[in-house]
Amino acid sequence: MEHFDAKQYRAQVNERMPKSKTLRYCVHAFWTGGLICIIGQLVTDALKSWCSLSEDALSAGTAIIMVFLGAFLTGLGIYDKIGSYAGAGSVVPITGFANSIVSPAIEFKPEGYVMGVAAKMFNIAGPVLVYGISASIVVGLLSLLFGGGAA
Amino acid sequence: MKNHRGKRTLLFPSAPHIASAASIVSKTEAQGPLGQLFDMVLEDDTWGEDSFEKAECRMFEEVVRMALAKMQRTPADLDCLFGGDLLNQIITANYAARQLNTPFLGLYGACSTMAESLLLGSVLVDGGFAGRVACVASSHFSTAERQYRYPLEMGTTEPETSQRTVTGSGCVIVTEAPSPDDVFHKIRIRAGTIGRVVDLGITDAANMGAAMAPAACDTIVTHLKDLERQVSYYDLIITGDLGRFGSEMLFSLCKDRGVDLSGRHIDCGCMIFHPEQNFHCGGSGCGCSAVTLAANLLDKVESGGVQRMLFLATGALLSPSATMQGESIPGIAHAVVLERED
Repeated sequence: MEHFDAKQYRAQVNERMPKSKTLRYCVHAFWTGGLICIIGQLVTDALKSWCSLSEDALSAGTAIIMVFLGAFLTGLGIYDKIGSYAGAGSVVPITGFANSIVSPAIEFKPEGYVMGVAAKMFNIAGPVLVYGISASIVVGLLSLLFGGGAA
Repeated sequence: MKNHRGKRTLLFPSAPHIASAASIVSKTEAQGPLGQLFDMVLEDDTWGEDSFEKAECRMFEEVVRMALAKMQRTPADLDCLFGGDLLNQIITANYAARQLNTPFLGLYGACSTMAESLLLGSVLVDGGFAGRVACVASSHFSTAERQYRYPLEMGTTEPETSQRTVTGSGCVIVTEAPSPDDVFHKIRIRAGTIGRVVDLGITDAANMGAAMAPAACDTIVTHLKDLERQVSYYDLIITGDLGRFGSEMLFSLCKDRGVDLSGRHIDCGCMIFHPEQNFHCGGSGCGCSAVTLAANLLDKVESGGVQRMLFLATGALLSPSATMQGESIPGIAHAVVLERED
């Protein structure tokens, strides 16, 4: 029976494994993420000048359009290609949120519309929603208790 | 145990024959260096089916029929079918076996399945329990991806150590006696070494080469000790899907144990894709070693380019549930000895 030194092996693996090109990925993420935000801003400006919307309606309208774009590009099979280049640059904006919901929905269609599409749709986005909403409740309570409820 | 040597090596005195083989891959594998050698290339990896899983089942079934057809046989002529894949409940193998209607032993050895099936197939044939068996392994990028990783359309980056699951099914027919209709006439299986699960605590599912390399080293070193052989006995030592980084780790682990693989080792994961295809460390999946063996390696032995080959398929026995519970990735590697008979 061969004896292996597990700790030493793990250290060797960590030392020798090909490293992620962090700087390069940061540059990719920075400009693609920035570009998505510029598109978002253009949508806001366009809505502002063409439709007379309130501030709230303006941000909701922008979010709706950006989510649509993310979902649409996912359906066309383009968003995963953007994502493999941009990394967090296309995951963090709201278009990435749309991608994380639409991609499992497409993937699990063969399992049916109930236990497939509907159940699996929130596979990836689910935890974000759970902890996002939970955090907002906690912050809301803190604000109510200590912020005089003005927030 | 007259045919058992050392710790875990089996000898096959009757030396079962490899009679035929076939391979089916998708377009991506066909764009790799072995592209021209595969028997069938799917333009569309759903193959017109409703799901990727159904397509993979059809690949499995078809590759068995194809390997048998090459030697003028049908599934009815099989005494046993050994096969497996990467999916839960090995559904590819089970549903293909439903169609083939032959005696069937389903296997799960992750990517070590091709060597496992050859090893068990040879045991059955050598023991006189079967005259003709089919040994099959299959994997599909799109079915594996959604079971083990993320949805296909999800936009994420791949780490540098990642490998791409090969979409491919490979089948090898092992027989007791040669026949003039056989595709191969000179390849015999003379021995095999059963793998041991080795886990050195690698937890990164995107670094399976490093998780499997110790198991491969363990099987190679044990095999050589059991049979009192040197590396130089073999013209080629093949591993299944260690990829570029896993191969590097295997080389160094073996060297530490006085086994120098230089110039004799090739990894199917490094053979199947061009580096320009940008799949980082290479190919993986049980189809990787299966299609490389069926389409390329057997020809090397038959033509005499290689006289003796140690074929190891390496498996990362990874489970998404175990990984989520903080478990590390166990590795295994089984080996069979293929020799040319002049």
